[in-house]
Amino acid sequence: MKKAFPFLGLLTAVLLSYALYQALVVAPQEQTMGDVQRIFYYHVPSAWTAFLLFAINFLASILYLVRRNPKTDQIANWVVIGLAVLTCAGAYAFRGYLPADVYPSSVATTGIVIAGLYFLIRKFFSEQGTDILALTTAEVGVVFCTVVLVTGPLWARPVWGIWWTWDIRLTSTLVLWLIYVSYLVLRRFSSSGETPVLAAALAVFGALDVPLVYFSIWFFRTQHPQPVIGGGGSIDPRMLRVLLVNWLAFLCFAALVCWSRYRLERMQRDVEETQALEALLEPGGRVR
Amino acid sequence: MSYLYAAYAATWLIHVTYLVTVFRRYSRLKKEVQQLGKK
Amino acid sequence: MSTPSGITLVTLTKDIRLEWRSKDALNSMLFFALLVVVVFSFSFDPNAEESRVIAGGLVWVAFLFAAVVALNQTWAREIRNQVLDAYRVSPAPANALFLAKAVGNFIFVAVLEGLMTPLFIVFYKLRALGPAWQLIPVAILGTWAIVVNGTFFAAMSLRTRSREIMLPLLLFPITIPALLSMVEATTTILLGDPTTSAKFWIVLLATYDVVFTTGCLALFETVLHAE
Repeated sequence: MKKAFPFLGLLTAVLLSYALYQALVVAPQEQTMGDVQRIFYYHVPSAWTAFLLFAINFLASILYLVRRNPKTDQIANWVVIGLAVLTCAGAYAFRGYLPADVYPSSVATTGIVIAGLYFLIRKFFSEQGTDILALTTAEVGVVFCTVVLVTGPLWARPVWGIWWTWDIRLTSTLVLWLIYVSYLVLRRFSSSGETPVLAAALAVFGALDVPLVYFSIWFFRTQHPQPVIGGGGSIDPRMLRVLLVNWLAFLCFAALVCWSRYRLERMQRDVEETQALEALLEPGGRVR
Repeated sequence: MSYLYAAYAATWLIHVTYLVTVFRRYSRLKKEVQQLGKK
Repeated sequence: MSTPSGITLVTLTKDIRLEWRSKDALNSMLFFALLVVVVFSFSFDPNAEESRVIAGGLVWVAFLFAAVVALNQTWAREIRNQVLDAYRVSPAPANALFLAKAVGNFIFVAVLEGLMTPLFIVFYKLRALGPAWQLIPVAILGTWAIVVNGTFFAAMSLRTRSREIMLPLLLFPITIPALLSMVEATTTILLGDPTTSAKFWIVLLATYDVVFTTGCLALFETVLHAE
């Protein structure tokens, strides 16, 4: 596994370079905004990656809380399966209620993917591993979220003349960033005994908050209309291709960064455990 | 157009900064492991 | 007495009685309320025409900071007298304790708000041009939103370094949708524009309250035992 790392690193670097070339040279120039629009190819994939990482953090946090007790573990399994089934059925049954550009198949796929991720994490990560996964995805998610919040204004300024607008996507991202930064602060400031549980509880709260944040800002924006950063509406298929290539490249990059951070944290905890054991076993009872 | 390059540069600056902090912690930890190994 | 509601009621009345006995708490609350309103009046000119537009936000920011002051001492008495350990080993459901604390905080913050509101009305010459009765559900739902999460995060911050700063750090991001709803609802009611209605905000606040009260009740036991 470890030997694959440099090889995958090289592959990712190649992919990223190819994606960069696509974004800067191959993609067609946008009619109204010009070349500045190319920021889109970094801004949007970073946002999608950040959201994916936070979603994994949410699943890992729930798993951590639920697995402390075998009974809740069982119940949670059935709840996840039930929710996935409900999402698929509901997406097709209520297709009339879905917004215009959302297809029932994408809703159903999202539900299945989330449930799948839940069970994958459950299978491949131990209890402590789940906690480390939560920490890792939160940190890397905040990094990608920072990129979104920096590239957004850099795109807004030349196009609309303002650095910031309370546009729904950028504002929701800001709140998400704030929530996860507070999560990381809690992780750092609380004493190590109970940190995983508290952090997991906070992550669950954060996730519960996200739809509420989205709705509140959405309604606020309908009351006070503002320019939309990030462009809405349909997208030229050539641009879509470049966008997806960049997303793939960033996903691979994110996976590598997470892997490195995960290994670092695992090593850190092993070292701390060893040091603690050594302190206990030291002859003469000297405590470090 | 400088905004475009600024955005791309900022992206990589942020990523590289994070990777540098991770790598620094890793080398410090490696040293600690070596010290533990010596004991 | 050992029913959950019984425990909640007993804990709540005990807290109220303790607060009422130490009248200095009440006096400092009064003075604090006055100070906050005066400071805000100096910072944001009450005579300007725009003050009606921003008054909604001002009032709720003032309430939020007053609430943080109240929330920070939620568990202080419990920690001093090692009451939390007693709760951990007792068969009493942790929810009862949480509910008692949350309701106690709600009353505490509501009293503070009740003291500050007439001062704000006087200093800013506030008058609701819209349906003023709607301000009551906004006030109740909004205060509960701040208090329920605040009590929970106060419990989470107990063993962390910089406990007092940790509470607002955790509370503010999560409360943003509720805060937005409170401020927008209040501003809509104050401005009284017939094309707008505060109803959406009130419903959103109610949803927020339901979601997070459930979340707090579900997770409090876990958090209590984690300390």
